[in-house]
Amino acid sequence: MAEEAPRIEAASEPAKPEPQPQADMPLLRIEGVAKKFGGFRAVDGVSLDIAAGEFFALLGPSGCGKTTLLRMLAGFETPDEGRILLNGRDIAQVLPHERPVNMMFQNYALFPHLSVRDNIAFGLKRAGMARRDIEPRVAEMVALVKLDGLEQRKPDQLSGGQRQRVALARSLARRPQVLLLDEPLAALDKKLRESTQLELMELQRRLGMTFIIVTHDQEEAMTVAGRIGVMDAGRLEQVATPRELYEAPLSRWIAEFIGEVNLFDGQVESRELNRLVVATREGGTIVAAAPRHPVTRNTVSVAVRPEKVKLSRRGPVSDGTNTHAINRLEGVVTDVSYLGGSTVYKVRLDSGALVRSSMANTARIDIDAYSLSQRVVAWFTPDDCMVLQQ
Amino acid sequence: MSARQIFARPARYAAIAPYVWMVLFFLVPFGFVLKISLSETAIAQPPYTPVFDVAAGAAALREAFAALSIDNFRLLVSDNLYVLSYLRSLVVALVSTSILLLIGYPIAYGMARLPKRWQPVAMMLVIVPFWTSFLIRIYAWINILQHDGLLNQILLKLHLVSQPVVWLSTDSAMYLGIVYSYLPFMILPLYATLAKMEPALEEAAADLGAAPNEVFWLVTFPLSLPGVGAGVLLCFIPIVGEFVIPDLLAGSDSLMIGQTLWLEFFMNKDWPVASATAIVLLVLLIAPLLAYDRLQRRQLETR
Repeated sequence: MAEEAPRIEAASEPAKPEPQPQADMPLLRIEGVAKKFGGFRAVDGVSLDIAAGEFFALLGPSGCGKTTLLRMLAGFETPDEGRILLNGRDIAQVLPHERPVNMMFQNYALFPHLSVRDNIAFGLKRAGMARRDIEPRVAEMVALVKLDGLEQRKPDQLSGGQRQRVALARSLARRPQVLLLDEPLAALDKKLRESTQLELMELQRRLGMTFIIVTHDQEEAMTVAGRIGVMDAGRLEQVATPRELYEAPLSRWIAEFIGEVNLFDGQVESRELNRLVVATREGGTIVAAAPRHPVTRNTVSVAVRPEKVKLSRRGPVSDGTNTHAINRLEGVVTDVSYLGGSTVYKVRLDSGALVRSSMANTARIDIDAYSLSQRVVAWFTPDDCMVLQQ
Repeated sequence: MSARQIFARPARYAAIAPYVWMVLFFLVPFGFVLKISLSETAIAQPPYTPVFDVAAGAAALREAFAALSIDNFRLLVSDNLYVLSYLRSLVVALVSTSILLLIGYPIAYGMARLPKRWQPVAMMLVIVPFWTSFLIRIYAWINILQHDGLLNQILLKLHLVSQPVVWLSTDSAMYLGIVYSYLPFMILPLYATLAKMEPALEEAAADLGAAPNEVFWLVTFPLSLPGVGAGVLLCFIPIVGEFVIPDLLAGSDSLMIGQTLWLEFFMNKDWPVASATAIVLLVLLIAPLLAYDRLQRRQLETR
């Protein structure tokens, strides 16, 4: 039973035939959606396609509009502009209780007067499911989230982690076409959060359901999601895989928001076939690989992730092939933070700028560790550079 | 001595305070009333016998004890006047409380759903009538409801009636007065429970397919039951003993128990029967109080 992949069926409308999805139509299409609160544009013209079976994350700082967008998908807010197409049908004006979409709430919103069993069965009863079908479905959900034996408990007799599972089971019970998760793990402590992230992914893969998660935690988004939409000030800034987002951010803001980054502002001096030479104030002349998208402006930022910045005493050993292209910055170590898996060095360049370098501690006894005040060469290749236009 | 014991001592004394209060201001006066209710009326000072006189010695006290009887309670049960008064009080309280709940719940619900900055204003509007004396407000109603009062004038002007309608000295006027006076006591506890309810709960219910009326009856209402219980008791109990409003607004053909009690005490000068009436009233009111207490305790247990 448990190994059989559950079929996805809309529990809410068992009799009605689903509208035939068009061949080129994704499961969910968001088209130019905007939402204003007073004069404030909380969501400002967002367009996005999400395919069936995707695990998609909406990532952004608080107040960026990601929760408002999710609430429009659930039906708690109505968009002022744009369309939300689910299987080709515009659901922007459909009331929440008539949508084949379910949501897992940030603080779980479990019904305190109902037992675990009744919380999970709530949506099934509303869908008019027969009593004999409800019991096995509840049992299946309880097993799915490993809550066996707790069916009769009330929510306030459960731990935080158990409540989180009940909320998940309740929102999955109706087998929604899309499951919305609003900061579902924010209330858990770090260890539990990490293990639950993996369970969420496992569950999503097993059920083949479409999950859309809202989070402000970039590590969480990168762990669970196949694709991430980064939002800022109501706009969708970039939609990409975690790797793309980290290695090829579209803007300086995204580069700084996702992970750590060293930034050098400068002017493009010359363009070669696949190389850009950028004159920076703080890092001197930097040779960078030309990004895939054309660089139209002359004022750019060169961004280098700390783990791409290598340190050495005298600079990289030349193997005779690419020495001309290696960027070398000289400076003095001003800070050493040992983090276990890696060590983060801060190097004060001769130009006065600070460069971060993160070196993996691959050996237990590191004869190559650098100490404070030591003079070093920080170096990186053109391919390590991301050229960003403001 | 452990730290725990040191801290436990003053805490234990503090815990005694409510009991001292109860004994001093409830149990002791209750004892007086109970004693008087078992006495016999007399033209004397005080107007009943026997009178316990500790100075008269043990034999006299024993004699006084022997003279106590439950005759007054027998009278209450046997005379229709009292039984009907009790019944009428309970019916009036029941009907008024139901009307109060029906009117108060939507108001409290509306208040709790107002934008946060308007809620204190709404709360003020509910409380403001308390700034005027209760009696003055009831007299104002008399003014409005009387033969040539405001209500009849308006009805006549609008040609809705051709003759002035008799409002005053009717049960309708009494219910109006009671509902008007007790409405804040119903609204405030309801508002308190509804306002602190997490809005996500109603959203979750809607998200799981509950239509608006199902959201209300399956989630909002069950979760507001503590407020309903508090509001109902805050209204029901004082209304059962209500004296002023029925006296001023209702007709004189049937009496509520508060009025009967007042008559026994001040008109008939029959302290013992009045006391017996009060004792029975108290017993009648303790039943719903105990029920409410049990309900609350059950809720605390599940917490």
